[in-house]
Amino acid sequence: MARSRLLRLLQLAALGLTLGACSVIGIPDSPLNSLDPKGPFAERIDNLFWPVFWIATAVFVLVEGAVLAAAIVFRDRKGRMEPRQIHGNNKLEILWTVIPAVILASIAVPTFRAVFELSECGEGAYPVEIIGHQWWFEYRYPEESIETANVLVIPAGREVCAAMTSEDVIHNYWVPSLNGKRYLVPGQTTHLRLQADQPGVYWGQCAEFCGLSHSLMRAQVRAVTEAEFSDWVAAQQAPPVTPAEGTLAAAGMDVFLNRGCTQCHNIDTINEIEQGAFNGPDLTHFMDRGVIAGAYKEYSVDNLKTWLANPPKEKPGSYMPNLGLTQQEIDDLAAFLETLT
Amino acid sequence: MTAIADRPTTIFRRPTAETGFWSWITSVDHKKVGIMYGYTAFAFFIVGGLEALLLRIHLASAESTFLTAADYNGLFTTHAITMIFLVVMPMSAAFMNYLIPLMIGARDVAFPRLNALSYWIFLFGGIFLYSGLIFSGITAPTGVAGIPGNLDPSDARSFGALPDGGWFMYQPNAGAQFSPSTSLDFAVIGLQILGIASLISSVNFIVTFFNLRAKGMRLLRVPVFIWMTLVVAFLLLFSLPIIAIALFMVMFDRQFGTLFFDASAGGDPILWQHLFWLFGHPEVYVLILPAMGIVSEILPVFSRKPLFGYSAIVFAGAAIGFLGFGVWAHHMFASGITTVAQAGFGLTTMTIAIPTGVKIFNWLGTMWLGRIKLTTPMLFAIGFITMFTIGGLSGVTHSVVPSDWQQTDTYYIVAHFHYVLFGGSILGIFGGLYYWFPKLTGRMMNDRIGKVHFWLWFIGFNMTFAPMHWLGLQGMIRRTWRYDPSLEFWNQIVSAGAFVIAIGLLVFIYNFRTSKRRGEIAGMDPWDARTLEWAIPNPTPAHNFSVVPTVHTLDDFWHQKYDEDDEGRPVRKAEADDHVAHLGEIGIHPPFPVHLPNPSYFPVVMAAGLPLIGYGIIFHTSALGKALIVIGVLISLVALIGWGAEPLEEPHPTSPGAHS
Repeated sequence: MARSRLLRLLQLAALGLTLGACSVIGIPDSPLNSLDPKGPFAERIDNLFWPVFWIATAVFVLVEGAVLAAAIVFRDRKGRMEPRQIHGNNKLEILWTVIPAVILASIAVPTFRAVFELSECGEGAYPVEIIGHQWWFEYRYPEESIETANVLVIPAGREVCAAMTSEDVIHNYWVPSLNGKRYLVPGQTTHLRLQADQPGVYWGQCAEFCGLSHSLMRAQVRAVTEAEFSDWVAAQQAPPVTPAEGTLAAAGMDVFLNRGCTQCHNIDTINEIEQGAFNGPDLTHFMDRGVIAGAYKEYSVDNLKTWLANPPKEKPGSYMPNLGLTQQEIDDLAAFLETLT
Repeated sequence: MTAIADRPTTIFRRPTAETGFWSWITSVDHKKVGIMYGYTAFAFFIVGGLEALLLRIHLASAESTFLTAADYNGLFTTHAITMIFLVVMPMSAAFMNYLIPLMIGARDVAFPRLNALSYWIFLFGGIFLYSGLIFSGITAPTGVAGIPGNLDPSDARSFGALPDGGWFMYQPNAGAQFSPSTSLDFAVIGLQILGIASLISSVNFIVTFFNLRAKGMRLLRVPVFIWMTLVVAFLLLFSLPIIAIALFMVMFDRQFGTLFFDASAGGDPILWQHLFWLFGHPEVYVLILPAMGIVSEILPVFSRKPLFGYSAIVFAGAAIGFLGFGVWAHHMFASGITTVAQAGFGLTTMTIAIPTGVKIFNWLGTMWLGRIKLTTPMLFAIGFITMFTIGGLSGVTHSVVPSDWQQTDTYYIVAHFHYVLFGGSILGIFGGLYYWFPKLTGRMMNDRIGKVHFWLWFIGFNMTFAPMHWLGLQGMIRRTWRYDPSLEFWNQIVSAGAFVIAIGLLVFIYNFRTSKRRGEIAGMDPWDARTLEWAIPNPTPAHNFSVVPTVHTLDDFWHQKYDEDDEGRPVRKAEADDHVAHLGEIGIHPPFPVHLPNPSYFPVVMAAGLPLIGYGIIFHTSALGKALIVIGVLISLVALIGWGAEPLEEPHPTSPGAHS
């Protein structure tokens, strides 16, 4: 433990040397920082990255130093003699072929081990399904019959095996602090292992260019304790409460049912659209997520209303059209959505 | 000196202009073709640079609204296509065209008219690609199950769209369903047209290399730059057919409803990636090897030593070419290819670092113990080595597959390939421009301004691309229109750096223009150089060599001027100055009449048919479109027949059939 902490310190010092200005002027890390592993898989990659980084740094210093030294030391000055015409040296050629080969071999071995170790999901891993859509991630829990979107809730400390595919174009699921990237390919199933050691919120992002709103296609993984996870599963399986007659929310439900929302969005017990039809995010437990519109915005009433007023303006290319809702309809709809806990 | 018989040919009267506009249009002279390649590529360099500046202005703030998402996507796609296919490749082609015959002691390339044809196809292909701006609008995807995407009316346009699927055009995102705008068709078909140009010149250069070398220029006496062009020509010859077929498949998917890459119909979107990168990775070496060749020419001249490990550098270049075909899937480590494949491609990727290292160490060996003259071309060559090394090292980190799972599709990769393509190819190419400028113009570039240019670029380049490593590790994805506000500071440094590069380019343009008019007269052999192209006057006479030289050794021209003393140090021969002056004299006044291939209209006419076919395919549903296909085919066909009926050279009354 102490040793790994020392290593970390050294690594921080190195970063301080190379790009130290960051800490000097106090820039916080990005939520997608790939150098901040929070689970065993990301850790494994991190442990592979640093030795290679150091080897590369050493080679960098040697080569650049030698080039600079040559340019300075052997610079033409008054009285410098014409150089001897050396055409080459076979021993040197062999040397600088073999030494890099040995260095690369020493990188290759741990690389292969890590590739094979990280690729297959472990036995007993908790299965989830991730389905990519332009421009949001859908999550399914096959064992619990749960469908949700934008936020993947997982039990902390347990391996999660995500079986992934795409409904439209190729996407790329990436939560840097939990693991590297993996494509979501239409017509194929790929697998990605995720594990967070501690409860917390881990940000992700679609990393493969997937069209107009690619940059706004975010993901969030929320790791919770086993107990919280059971509660969450139970809450997800419960139907939503139908709003009482005469309330704002009831008016909002009318808007939901009559202004076209049901063409894409499902709310259990309220509209129940058929599987296989065009999918928008399932809204049954909309308020559980804390993010909206492909997780690129935090939930707030204002953000929600801005979104409802003109989705394509917020998210170019959006499959949710501008429905031309009146301000009253937007207020009603927001009130209704807020009841979907 | 070129006697042209006064008789009409089959379709056009043979062009006769030796100066002015028509002399360029009809020229088959490899030097004029090379210069046209250079100027055209430079114009595209400015366009691609402006695109980069627009992108960087946009990215100077995290929530920028300077560009719409569609325009941003269009600009990064076009920036890449432009810089790869319309700048670095044709700039290299400019050097190849101009220098191959001069450095191997030939009067022209093997097929002069084909050479002109490849230029015109390149020019028309580039214009075609950009003409989508006039015809294409910005539209939302049509989406799955008949539910279309939507754009706010303020973001949509009925014209002025750039292709927006990424230069890699991953399917199905760049298919008809998700990118319905015709802008992408201009890229798909434009790249096919450009590919024809490259394929033609690769065949031409290969034949030239093997058949037209001066007497005595055995394979291991060929200058490294020429060797690298040979490797590049073979890379293109083998990789272009792959992308040609793949682009045909995409074209048919987009235009005629085939479903090669549609998973729901049994197609495979990953197949496209394999085909694309099976071309795309050799392409990377197509972009860098010419610059490596240029640097290998510059370093010995200004170190006043022969190239260290000449044959090792040549073989390393060839090895890179071979290995370049076995690493393509390292672009796809996150795609879900099998574990074994990932390990295998990781290994081949590591392997390629070995010959690359051999080159770097040999360049270092060339400088070591030399007498280094830090002229502008030498600064660019040293800049190339230092920056390319960084790109190479970050490349090794990608071969560590699990690391690449984190880094792929982030700015870390953007940093990596700009270190290779800008820090490598572009610095090498501009070093070459400073070095061979006297060859083109007979004048020297201003060295002091050149150094200002170099340092502006060196600093601006590192400001622009070094922070990108950090941004990528901090999780900034590529092709992103928005990013996390915590990354704003470094993005602003990057954007500022881009403008420093732009200022450096302006300095270069100023230097080029003034030096071309008023630069110091170069005379013969201004650099005390080593290779054959300097054994003839500056600027190069139309006929290249008055007397085709006989080669006795590597760096033959150097050995015409220098002996070695007992310690192996060069001693200038007493007669060297007279010898060089004599070469200059006969270079301008050939002792015997020299006959050169005559100019021809047919290359430009034949090339003109291709973009018409392209427009016709894009608008094939209309009658005009169908008509354009027919007209385009007819124009090219007529030119082909005329070409076939036209002799390369008109008969010469004085010495019939003489062509050296």
